[in-house]
Amino acid sequence: MVSLAYLALIAALIPLASILVETILRGLSAVSFSFFLEEIPPLGEPGGGIGPAIQGTLIVVALASSIGVPVGVFSGIYLAEFRHARIATVARFLNDVLTNVPSIVLGIFGWTLVVVAIGWSVIAGAIALAIMMIPIVTRTTEEAIRLVPATMREAAIALGVPRWKTTLTVVLSSAKKGIATGILLSVARISGETAPLLLTILGSRFWFSGFTQPTAALPVTVFNFSQSPFRLVDWPRAWGASLILIFIILIINIIVRYATREKYGASNI
Amino acid sequence: MIYKIDIENLNAWFGSKQVLRDITMKIKENMVTAIIGPSGCGKTTLIRCLNRMHELIPGARVTGRVLLDGGDIYGEGVDPVTVRRKIGMVFQKPNPFPMMSIYDNTVAGLKLNGVSDKHRLDETVEKSLKAAHLWDEVKADLEKSGASLSGGQQQRLCIARALAIEPEVILMDEPTSALDPTAASKIEQLIRVLAQDYTVIIVTHNMQQAARVSDCTAFLYLGKLVEYGSTKDLFENPKSELTEKYITGEFG
Amino acid sequence: MKTKEKHPKFLSILRSISKRKLSGDSAFKIFVTLIACNIFMVLGLMFFQIIQNSWLSIQTYGMGFLVGKTWQPFPPNSSTLPSFGALPLIWGTLVTSAIALVLGVPISLGISLALSEFAPKKFSYIISFFVELLAAIPSVIYGLWGIFVLIPFLQNSVYPYLQTTLGFLPIFQGTIRGPSVLTGGIILAIMIIPTVSAISRDVFAAVPNSQREAVVALGATRWEKAKIVMSYGRSGVIGAIMLGLGRAMGETMAITMVIGNSFNMFSSFLEPGSTLASIIANEFTEASSPPVYISALMEVGLILLALAIAVNGMARLIIWRSTRKVKEVGLI
Repeated sequence: MVSLAYLALIAALIPLASILVETILRGLSAVSFSFFLEEIPPLGEPGGGIGPAIQGTLIVVALASSIGVPVGVFSGIYLAEFRHARIATVARFLNDVLTNVPSIVLGIFGWTLVVVAIGWSVIAGAIALAIMMIPIVTRTTEEAIRLVPATMREAAIALGVPRWKTTLTVVLSSAKKGIATGILLSVARISGETAPLLLTILGSRFWFSGFTQPTAALPVTVFNFSQSPFRLVDWPRAWGASLILIFIILIINIIVRYATREKYGASNI
Repeated sequence: MIYKIDIENLNAWFGSKQVLRDITMKIKENMVTAIIGPSGCGKTTLIRCLNRMHELIPGARVTGRVLLDGGDIYGEGVDPVTVRRKIGMVFQKPNPFPMMSIYDNTVAGLKLNGVSDKHRLDETVEKSLKAAHLWDEVKADLEKSGASLSGGQQQRLCIARALAIEPEVILMDEPTSALDPTAASKIEQLIRVLAQDYTVIIVTHNMQQAARVSDCTAFLYLGKLVEYGSTKDLFENPKSELTEKYITGEFG
Repeated sequence: MKTKEKHPKFLSILRSISKRKLSGDSAFKIFVTLIACNIFMVLGLMFFQIIQNSWLSIQTYGMGFLVGKTWQPFPPNSSTLPSFGALPLIWGTLVTSAIALVLGVPISLGISLALSEFAPKKFSYIISFFVELLAAIPSVIYGLWGIFVLIPFLQNSVYPYLQTTLGFLPIFQGTIRGPSVLTGGIILAIMIIPTVSAISRDVFAAVPNSQREAVVALGATRWEKAKIVMSYGRSGVIGAIMLGLGRAMGETMAITMVIGNSFNMFSSFLEPGSTLASIIANEFTEASSPPVYISALMEVGLILLALAIAVNGMARLIIWRSTRKVKEVGLI
């Protein structure tokens, strides 16, 4: 029976290994220096690269983070500092609910909120991703702040530092590693999301042309190439784009998990 | 004799549980006053009422007056933050800020309140660490983390940190109970020296320490002030039977 | 008592704002409270907008939407109205999620038992690191791998074998195609493994050692010890399974890419199908007219949202209750 359990372990690790190996093997042939820099050609046309997709991902994720990080961090500060307030209990619960909303529904929401008003746009995608990011950052920030020992706060307060300043300086500074971890992991997470972007940025082929215009993004580009009938030309590109995407995400994850390793594995999910 | 702190009818609660009952006492300036009593008698609550830290606990309540140089720290419109700058506190377990250097720890109270003049900060660091009997041991390593020091050194760092904001009164909540005997005795010597410039109030569960270090001693039992007088008198000729039982070790 | 405290405080804050005596602490509290309240606005707005946009479809098709089996935005006969029904989608979502659970849960439990009960600590730490890496891989890459690696493998090696051995079962009959409901279920199974195994591991870790010691002292084998741990953490494991279910139901990209996207009430798992999420991913951007088309897709999204929240809500309730019970019994 025990060996069955180990078998299960192997069963889970085989797909992981296969995905990583296949992505590397199939993607490497498509990736070249020009792959990073050139425009995305129309389906079926050889040459070109996925430069706009990399650029698009960077811009949309950066914009989403500029909204998601401050809102998430300050919400987390609220939940940690005013733990037992009624608003806090309800807000904490609702944050959990939001993490369970399927990503395609967030895409729908981004569409109803922004696309209906200003059309397929970078802003719409950024808002959909920000909404995905906020509950994650809120929760990790709250947990990081709660780990700061009460004695540290007391020491600052006894020195005549007002409570709000204590929180923003001493407490935040002590919790910054945990907060940064949460932010990085959530950035890695939203970088790979396709569904919210599919319904908001429309996944164009071109370089960034304005926040109110559609744009390209790595996950959407992967999807578009994968659906192309021109197998010889486009499918390797899909793998190439996947390789870059998975590389970015895994590097962030590995760095973060290595930096926060504990002695006997606690779950990070 | 000048009374630095005048406590009048101080009562304190944790929610509905009353912890201090009608405490009235006058604390003299430039002296060391010890507060002793068995666990749970309210001594920590008492000193936390003196720097308005008791009220930070949710559900905590205080009534009565505490006069610092004649002014009630619980008066209408008094900002607790300013009270704490005049009445400093050192805690039982040394708690230097681990992410700050020794230098930054010492002047944390100043820097966090906006002081940035390097010259003034340098002077304060040297002055406070000297006053805390720590300067010679750390002067070559001021950039090291505050947490890299030994327990006794950390506590002296916390004392230096409290001194740096130039308080008038220093409260100490069992400052040596987490330290080894050598470190503890260094702190006790320091306390006697500090009394020359400050008013020191120390809570301790160690009666021998109270006898060694203080000029006046107050004995608290179940939230009430049972006896208060000069240390010599209280230990050699206790007026109350309860006090006598405590100092002879019959309970506590 | 808390409500009474809140109202006078709120009034006094208002008073001090009007008198310009706002202290740093009050200003800070108001600021962070307002920001934290974003969640009310976001969720409220989301529900409102989705319901509002679905309204046309809800009015047009009523309850029939949930049991309707046709999906015709552009009816051949111009005089008939477009018709939409979500039953095949609900069916597809439920079946693929069920397959995912049937395949994924035993593997997840095996992993979490292996890591929490059988394996040495260091080994278990490294392995769980890799299992969690599975969770970090984006859904679209799962889908890509599904199309180009998994499907050929299943189509050429597994499905024929399945049909020869279990072909008498209706669910394994029919032409073997790569993109199919079964493929969708398999890929979902892989995707829920990190979630279910991680939470189960936490649940098992919360089982007090005294339980393990008691059973070992009676001469139990490792497997019997594991059974005790599992039964103790039973409700927590159920919660983990439900969270996996919620995750499977909400999954979009991977399943869109391997399920074949065919709107039908399939009877065989080897047929292609659709789920609530996949039809939105496929048709939303093209559905410009008629207005009831987009509204129908919105309604599909609403059903999906309601399902996901209900399942996940129940899951968290069960998990919360199970860890509380362990604490109440006083063993933690």
